Amino acid sequence: MSSILAVDDSASMRQMIAHTLKGAGHDVTEAGDGEEALGKAKSGKFDLVVTDINMPKMDGITLIKELRALANYKGTPILTLTTEASADKKQEGKAAGATGWIVKPFDPDTLLNTISKVLK
Amino acid sequence: MAIDVSQFLQTFYEESFEGLDIMESGLLNLDGGSENSESINDIFRAAHSIKGGSGTFGLNAVASFTHVLESLLDEMRDGRRQITKEGVNLLLESVDCLREMLKASQGGDELDAQRIADVHGRLEAMWGKKEAASPVATASGADNESAASEANSGWDIKFSPFAYILKTGNEPARMFRELGELGELTVTVNTDKVPDFSEMDPDECFLSWDLKLEGNVKRSAIDDVFSWIEEDCDLKITPIASKPDTASQPAAASGPTAAPTSASARSGGATAEAASIRVGIDKVDSVINLVGELVITQSMLSTTGEAYPALQAGLAQLERNTRELQEQVMRMRMLPVSFVFNRFPRLVHDISQKLGKQIELKMSGEQTELDKTVIEKVTDPLVHLIRNSLDHGIEMPEDRRAAGKPATGTVWLDAYHKGGNIIIEVKDDGKGIDKSVVLAKAIERGLVDASVHLEDEQILDLIFQPGFSTAKEVSDLSGRGVGMDVVRRNIQSLGGGVEIRSKEGEGSTITVRLPLTLAILDGQTVEVGTENYIVPLVSIVESTQIKPEMLNYVAGKGETFMLRDEYIPVIRLYEIFDSKPRHTDITKGLLVVVESDGKKIGLFVDDLLGQQQVVIKSLETNYKKVDGISGATILGDGSVALILDIPGLIRLSQQNCNTDRLKMSA
Repeated sequence: MSSILAVDDSASMRQMIAHTLKGAGHDVTEAGDGEEALGKAKSGKFDLVVTDINMPKMDGITLIKELRALANYKGTPILTLTTEASADKKQEGKAAGATGWIVKPFDPDTLLNTISKVLK
Repeated sequence: MAIDVSQFLQTFYEESFEGLDIMESGLLNLDGGSENSESINDIFRAAHSIKGGSGTFGLNAVASFTHVLESLLDEMRDGRRQITKEGVNLLLESVDCLREMLKASQGGDELDAQRIADVHGRLEAMWGKKEAASPVATASGADNESAASEANSGWDIKFSPFAYILKTGNEPARMFRELGELGELTVTVNTDKVPDFSEMDPDECFLSWDLKLEGNVKRSAIDDVFSWIEEDCDLKITPIASKPDTASQPAAASGPTAAPTSASARSGGATAEAASIRVGIDKVDSVINLVGELVITQSMLSTTGEAYPALQAGLAQLERNTRELQEQVMRMRMLPVSFVFNRFPRLVHDISQKLGKQIELKMSGEQTELDKTVIEKVTDPLVHLIRNSLDHGIEMPEDRRAAGKPATGTVWLDAYHKGGNIIIEVKDDGKGIDKSVVLAKAIERGLVDASVHLEDEQILDLIFQPGFSTAKEVSDLSGRGVGMDVVRRNIQSLGGGVEIRSKEGEGSTITVRLPLTLAILDGQTVEVGTENYIVPLVSIVESTQIKPEMLNYVAGKGETFMLRDEYIPVIRLYEIFDSKPRHTDITKGLLVVVESDGKKIGLFVDDLLGQQQVVIKSLETNYKKVDGISGATILGDGSVALILDIPGLIRLSQQNCNTDRLKMSA
């Protein structure tokens, strides 16, 4: 069981992610934008961060940069949720320090498979 | 693990409709000509979310529609595409289409497939690309593997990650684990580049690996393992049998791509998301109901408790707390009127284009809160009032200029509190209402006698009479057979009222008064025999005791009495509700004069009791609809009192007259 921070401004996506991960026995914390996520990340330690990129207040790219600057999250896996339309977004996320990406739309199984890869 | 994603659909619909509202108001902002990067970002983000969600939740038609829309918006956002009026109009139409598609998939509404295909086609034409495949369908891994690479006995992999690899959270060990799952893996480590211990940075990777993966493994499966880091390493993948340089991944050299410098989304967005939770309206209603019961229990207790002085302090406190609890719970049902107002910028935009008028809409007080049900029911009347202002109020630009006014007309929409009510005002600076035309029309229609002198307000009030319309010809917009009388009736059914003021050449103001809530009513308790009835306080004009000489029996009007210069029909409540009164002699009891739709009747009752706030209980849900009764309530002594439906009683009295008339002509 791992503790996972799920960040997306869309409530339905958050619900879906949280429900899927909780079903697999993980501990899930949700955040609706980068700012909220950063606050939650600072006050805890997550084994994995899954974040949307396009969000209000603080976008996913900025969030990743901020997280990588924290000692606690130097090597923590961070996955971005991106759409195919934004191929450059994958690389933008990578350049900011993301571990990898999950392509939207995705189904719960894809999410679980991908996540099980990066979790030890 | 099988997870049914449809359970998240409801949330997806709700947030998508909100997203569409954001898109709409954002687009209207753009239309206003303001170069607003914040607006376009909001619009893009909303479209982006809808696209992502619709794909995930299996709404592929919505996803492919939004894909084109999003691509267009992306170009506008980056400044690659000019934002034109035509563009904004097409995007607005797309918002309508999406709303329709989502509604159709949510509730099985009719879908105008033709229109959607049309708009979709126009979006694609504007985008300039015909992307046949839907974005959902395009699979990531290319299935174009050659037969040669399909059948082999394994792969040699040379893997040299760049030093920073660990900082991206990618651990080589994980990839080896994944490769190990594909086939037989042999790992050889190269430690040549490892520096002296003193110079070593534990966060950097100095190792490289030679891997041998045996078994019938697809090339694409290996690519998948390395897909996240193909830019972060030197990677050579060759089939075991062949020479090392025949097939190789041309990775390496490129290094990590430079990040585009301008971050796309700005921080500190204007989306003022209030901290809130979503709760089903049924839950809120059941709490409101329970609090209603509590209020009744409390008032029963205080009636009983009057005999016990020791209880007084506690009971007084209970009353205070209950009242406060009730107020707070009622607030849970309240929504800002912006829920209705938000649709008007679009309405004004569309209609003024259609009419060729220049109209600006100014709104204020959008945060004023109203009961959810009131909000829902007041929407149509408000749409009608605004359409009237646009259609009949505001003049064509040339007429306005000729009248010395600015070419652009203004419609104000304002909401505010006033004495326990909410007032919504629709005001325009148009041509106003010609009272002589109104009066002539009313006389022609037989609504009023030519000999009667009417004050200005009375003339304007004629507009609300059934069967009245001043429009010269029925236009496409107003005059859909729904007149101002319907507007007034709808608003009155909410316990509110509507008034009009107008000055020729300067404009008109229509004032709609609404109750804060439909759950509580200020009532006057009246007594008929042993029964108590509640008369809504808003409809009471006056109460009076009459003398025999004021009474009259008018043919076709039944029993009436003369109040000043008006004949007012009398309704004996005991006759209607078949109860035993104390008085049948009309001079002994009291007449409560009530008014609705501009008509007055006198209700004959035994006595007036107190005035109080009552909690309304629906008779229809608990029993059945009864003519002349709008609901029931429970009084302090535990007894049930019926709440009178004044417009219904007035209709009843008119029917009675008609039957009288029939009797007389027979």
